[in-house]
Order: sequence, then C-alpha cells, then structure tokens
Amino acid sequence: MEINFFTRSPCACYQPGYRMTDSISSTANSYLTDPPGLRSWLFTLDHKRIGLMFLVAIGAALALGATFALLIRTELTFPGPTIVNSGYAYNRLFTLHGAIMIFLFILPSMPSSFGNFVLPMMLGAKDVAFPKLNLFSLYLYVIGVVFFLLVLVFGGVDTGWTFYPPYSTGAAGPVVLAVVGAFILGFSSIFTGINFLVTMHTMRPPGMTWFRMPLFLWALYGTAIIQVLATPVLAITLLLLGVERLLGFGIFDSELGGDPVLFQHFFWFYSHPAVYIMILPAMGIVTEVIAVFSRKHIFGYKFIAFSSIAIATLGFLVWGHHMFVSGQSPIVGMIFSALTFTVAIPSAIKVFNWLATMYKGSIGLAPPMCFALIFIFLFGIGGLTGLFLGALATNVHVHDTAFIVAHFHYTMAGGALMAFLAGLYYWWPKITGRMYSIAWGQISALLIFIGFNLTYFPQFIIGSRGMPRRYFDYTRLLEAHPEFTFYQIISTVGGFMFVGGLALVAFVLIRSLFAGRPAPANPWGAATLEWQCSSPPPHENTPPPAEVGNCYVFDDLRYDENIKGYVNRES
Amino acid sequence: MTGPNTTNATRGRDGDNDPQLAHHFDTPRRQYDSARLGMWIFLVTEILFFGGLFCAYGVFRANNPAIFFDGHLFLDKPLGAFNTVVLILSSLTMALAVRAAQTGRRRSLVACLVATIVCALIFMGVKGVEYKQKWDHRMVPGQDKIFHWFSGEKGPEPRKQFRPDESYVRARLAAEGFENLDQEEYDRRAARLGTFMGVYFSLTALHALHVLAGIAAIFWIFIGSIRGRFGRQYFTPVDLVGLYWHLVDMIWIYLFPLLYLIH
Repeated sequence: MEINFFTRSPCACYQPGYRMTDSISSTANSYLTDPPGLRSWLFTLDHKRIGLMFLVAIGAALALGATFALLIRTELTFPGPTIVNSGYAYNRLFTLHGAIMIFLFILPSMPSSFGNFVLPMMLGAKDVAFPKLNLFSLYLYVIGVVFFLLVLVFGGVDTGWTFYPPYSTGAAGPVVLAVVGAFILGFSSIFTGINFLVTMHTMRPPGMTWFRMPLFLWALYGTAIIQVLATPVLAITLLLLGVERLLGFGIFDSELGGDPVLFQHFFWFYSHPAVYIMILPAMGIVTEVIAVFSRKHIFGYKFIAFSSIAIATLGFLVWGHHMFVSGQSPIVGMIFSALTFTVAIPSAIKVFNWLATMYKGSIGLAPPMCFALIFIFLFGIGGLTGLFLGALATNVHVHDTAFIVAHFHYTMAGGALMAFLAGLYYWWPKITGRMYSIAWGQISALLIFIGFNLTYFPQFIIGSRGMPRRYFDYTRLLEAHPEFTFYQIISTVGGFMFVGGLALVAFVLIRSLFAGRPAPANPWGAATLEWQCSSPPPHENTPPPAEVGNCYVFDDLRYDENIKGYVNRES
Repeated sequence: MTGPNTTNATRGRDGDNDPQLAHHFDTPRRQYDSARLGMWIFLVTEILFFGGLFCAYGVFRANNPAIFFDGHLFLDKPLGAFNTVVLILSSLTMALAVRAAQTGRRRSLVACLVATIVCALIFMGVKGVEYKQKWDHRMVPGQDKIFHWFSGEKGPEPRKQFRPDESYVRARLAAEGFENLDQEEYDRRAARLGTFMGVYFSLTALHALHVLAGIAAIFWIFIGSIRGRFGRQYFTPVDLVGLYWHLVDMIWIYLFPLLYLIH
C-alpha cells in the first residue's frame, strides 16, 4: 500500500459509494438496536456500547458528586454550623465529594466514555485491541462504584480524599471499603490505558500514520501512558494503607515504626500524574472542537502532539509540590518547584496553538465551541494560579487555604469538566442520533460560566486572606476578616447557579432524545473519521477510506440544507 | 501466508478461515503482536505495583539499616535459597513449554506445564512452612488481631503493637551475639522487627498472591493444551502466561537477596 503524505487531497475522507441519504440517521440498524436484547448490552464487546454505558454511569457519578458539593456550599454559606453540627459530619461531606468526583467522575470521564466510543472510529479500526478487557474495565468501574455506595451506606469516611495517615490508619468508618473501591477503579483505568496504547500501536489502518491521527488520539495516548505507569503506584499505596489498618503493618503509622510522609510521596506520585489523566483528554477534545468550529486547520499539529507527550512525562516529576510544607528538605522543594514551572510550558503551548487556530477562522458558537472557549479562559486562570502555587514562598502562604480549592476547581471543574461538556455536546448527535436545541445549549454554557466564576473566584480572594480549606466553622476568623461571610454567600449563590447550569445541560440533552430532530452524519462539518458513518453509527464500524486524508482540512465538506449537515464534496 | 513476515504464528493461517482470528483484527500476526504488546504493558504495570513496595523497602533501609539487619536474622536462608532455585527451575520449564507450543510438540508442552505447576506448588509449600514458623512465634504483624477476629471474643481489639514470642526472639538474638538485652533495648529491637516483618510480609505475600494467580493461569493453559488448543498456528496464550510467569520469577529474584541476604 502506497504511503500517502500530508496532502490536501480534494476529498478529505471520501468514502466510495457514500450517498447523501446515508446521512440521515436511522436507528433501525444502529449500534443501539443491533443486536437487540438486554443480554447483548450486558455482555457486549462493542466499544460504542461500552462507551455509552460508561457515559451513563459517569453522568450519575457527576450528579452524586455535585449533590455533595451543594451540601458543602450550603454549610459554608454562613459561619458556624449551618446544616451540619460537627466537623466530623462536614469532613465526611468533603471527603465523599472529593473521592466521588475524582475517582468516579473525572478520571474515567473522558477516556472511558468518549475515548472508548470515538478512538476506534477516529483511527479507522473495527474495535479496540482487547474488547473483552474493555468490557472488564466497565465491570470493574461498576464494582468500584458499588464499593463507594457501600461506603455511603456505612456512614462515609472523614479522612479527606487524600487518606493521609496517621489519621486514616486509625480513623473510624469504612476506610478500607473506600480504599478497595479506589483500588478497583484504578484497575479499570489501567486496563483502559493498556487497551488504548495497544490499539494505537497495532491497529492503525494503512495510511493512518502517527502524524495523521487526530490530536484527540495523541491526547488519549499521553493519558494512557500515565494511566499505565501511575495508577499501579496508587494501587500499592492504597493496598498498604488497607493492610496497615487491618493488620497493623507499620509502613505509614509512626507509632508502629512507619513513615507518614512516605505515604504522601507514594500518594502524590500517582495523584499528580492523575490530574494530567484528567486534563490531557480534555485538551484533546478542545483541540478537535476549536479546529472544527473555526473551520480552520489546527495550528501547530506537531507541537500539540508532542506537548501531550511532554505533559505526560513531566507530570511524573513534580509530585513534591503537594508536599512543600511536609518537612521535606528545602533543596528537594526547590527542585520540585523548578520542575513544576516547566510542566506549565506544554500546556501554554497548546493554548497559544488554539488561539492561533481561531485567528482569522470562521468561528461558530455552537455549544461545543462555547465550552471549549470557556475551557481556555478558566483553565488559563487555573493554570496560572498553579504557577503561584509552584513558587515556594507563595505556596507556604496559601497551602491548605481556599486558594488551593479555587485553583484545583478552576483546573478540574473549569477545565476538565468544561471540556467534558464540550465533548458531550459535540459527540451527542453521533452517539444518540439526535440534535439538541443549540440555543438552550448556549444558555446552559452561559449559566455555567457565570455560576462557576461566582462560585470559585471569591475563594481565591478569601483563600489568599487566610480562609482555611476543610473548615466548616469560620466564626473565629470573622474578627480579622468580616468580609468572609459575604464572599461565601456569593460563592454559594454561584454554586447553585453552576449546578443549575449542569442540570440544564442534562435537560437539554435528555429532551433531545424525545423531541430532537434526527441528526445527520456530520452536523458540525468535522473531518475526522467518526463523522463519516451515520449518526448513530452502525454496529459494524465503517471501514476507513482507501486514502487517509488530512483530518483538519474542511474545504472538502459542504453544508447541505436538506439534511442540515455536512457532506463530502463530490470529486 | 508466505513472505518475509511469516512466522510460525502466521504460517498456514488464512484470515477468513482461521477460527482463532478475532473479528477486529486484520491478520493473525497483528492479533499476536497486539496480544504480546498488551501483556508487556501489563507487566510494566506490575513492575510499578511492586516498585512502590521496593521503594518503601529502600526508604526504610536507608533511614534505619538496623531494622533490616535485625530482621533478616529471623528469615530462613536455606529455605529461601531453595525456593529461589525452585522458582528459577519453574521459569525454565515454562520457557520450554512455550517452545514446545511453538513447535507443536503437545506431549512436551503438557509435561513442561505440569512441571511448572509442580515447582510453583513446591514454592508455595515452602512459603507456607516459613509463614507457619513466623506464625508460631507470633511474628506476623496483626497476629493478635487475627486471633481476636477468629476467636469470636467480644471486647476491644488488641492494640496494634507487635509483640513476638519474646523467648524465641531473645534466643535468636543471643545466637548472633546480642545477649543479655535489657528491657528497653529489647523493646526497641522488637519494634524494629515489627517494621521489618511488615515489609517482609507485604512483599512476600503480594508475591505469593501473584504466584497463585500464575498457577491458576498455567492450569488454564494446561487444560487447553490437553485439549489440543495450542500448536504451531496458535500459541499466544502460552506465550503470554510465560511472560507473566517470568516476571513473577524475576520479582522473587530481587526479593530474595534484598530480604534474606542482608549483611
């Protein structure tokens, strides 16, 4: 097979025999209904079905985590006990909010749902390399969720999602259940990572070279590397914690001769790369969406591709920046601080490339693009505040304050969650075969944007002025800082607005299932391969075209008013 | 299929008629390559999994070498050495099994797999003997708690302190020249011993779990080989289980000197 080079071929992804009427969705023969029956879903090997089931479960996890978020916000609105009476109760709220959001929602959110659904189609493969392992990943995820639900049933844990010993080795409550749940979820993540790495290495069709792959796949590749290398370290850390609780092995508990700071090193050795598991696929989605909705070739393809790998690599070298005040030596602190500054660089490269892509592009503000733009803004703020935290002096000042809380919410919620929503709005027509109301989607984006900023910006302010995190009663701080209550009230109003916006997103999308018009194959005019098949896709993936073209060239697509979607220009 | 890329894995296999070829792979060769790559990546995750424990070992040993010196006095070197030889032997038989599968020698394959399982079981048996020795002298961390759980007694759980059989420990230390320890010194050494035992049991128990999983996997291959599932055309599972088994062996090869051969 002749290798085709990077050319602007007249027909980007022309599929011989492709007809316009193929664009109109017909669920009669899609992956949703073919094969029929509940058993075929429960034991499916189809990556599209697995991705969809992950999506549903992940959405439920988001709702659960958001519920805890609202409880926290309500409690913090006024100083003193508001809806909970004790620190113990409040500690359980933020522990569960953190653990659910991180382990059940964000970490699997993009790789396991969109990654599973889209990766084989974008690549031109028939499925992932190990479909049974994929199904096993889904089962492990569900089992992990069950463990966390059991934790809730048994009263929750109050150790913080970070499970620091010596408190966690002796704390009351189902810590071992929580830790086992996270262990199992970790393996779900590892197996997804293995699947994606092998798929991308061995199942690219002829012509789909590394540098012809869409950038979302490069992002998933970086993510998979981290999933495979970092998650086992979390697994052993949690295993040792559980064993220490149950049997008194003295690894972390100083009373038994252990070292609590060792736990912090192990824990953050995973958990820092974990945040890159969260953000890399997010950035991949933003890359795709920005290119499509600027109708312009992505700027700096290779820079973006390599920056994903650079983030994955550098992300392993900076875990100590979570431990500047743990008593580690100042030299070690300085080294981690310097490395933390370097890991910001690839992220900044991506932001510049996105902006350069948009420059002189033809920008369409459909909901995916709204969220991608929101991502750039909010992640920009989050990332820059990360630099403040990477600097030793400022870190010591704001460590364990609301400033940190604001920083990671700007990056995780203002970043990863926004990109998740962008991906949801972007691929929804493909996954379900339905179009949703664009106007209401845009309204949801606005509501979320305003609500989010109202929630978290005040937390930067009060955090820098000394409001500690994980405190439920800040009455004593009011003497020196009477304005804290005011900012907390704004934050709570914003929180409800933010969650209201999320509820609106859910409403818009679910309503589309009943009242949305059938989606064409390519409503957005994208040039990656998953848009070549019908919406929703058939059970068997569409074979890739004989010539793999450039997936960021949009000239070869024209809008067809009859189907309200894009079709390939006939040659 | 003939050509430069033909191997035993692909010779004679026709994509359309090959029952072992999964629907999503184009060629059997690609399926085999994918499977091997997937297994290697899984082995990397296993290395990182154990790596955390080895790192804990390193940190403790660097910060407090006395823990490890005292601790290794209580491990049985001859038994450990015997186990090492047994496990290396099992790796040899496993490698021979893979070769037998690749060359289509079914009887040889079955024999080698049986030998591997036997070696693995011997390893587990010796481990059991060692663990029992520790248990008898109350040197398993958390032993008191385990007694408490199984005894059905009500009341508070015993405090998480490591309290080994004092006469045994004193006797062992005296044999090395540390005689007539006063109570404070003894307590200090006993506490150190607790940390060592924690690291020892974590490492070896986790390894033993992996050996058990390996035995199960080899047994599965053994059943398959009896049924004639593997041959020149298709031996991927044997290959992959072999890779896994070699990793398990290699981890023990690191464990043995680090735990048993401390100077």
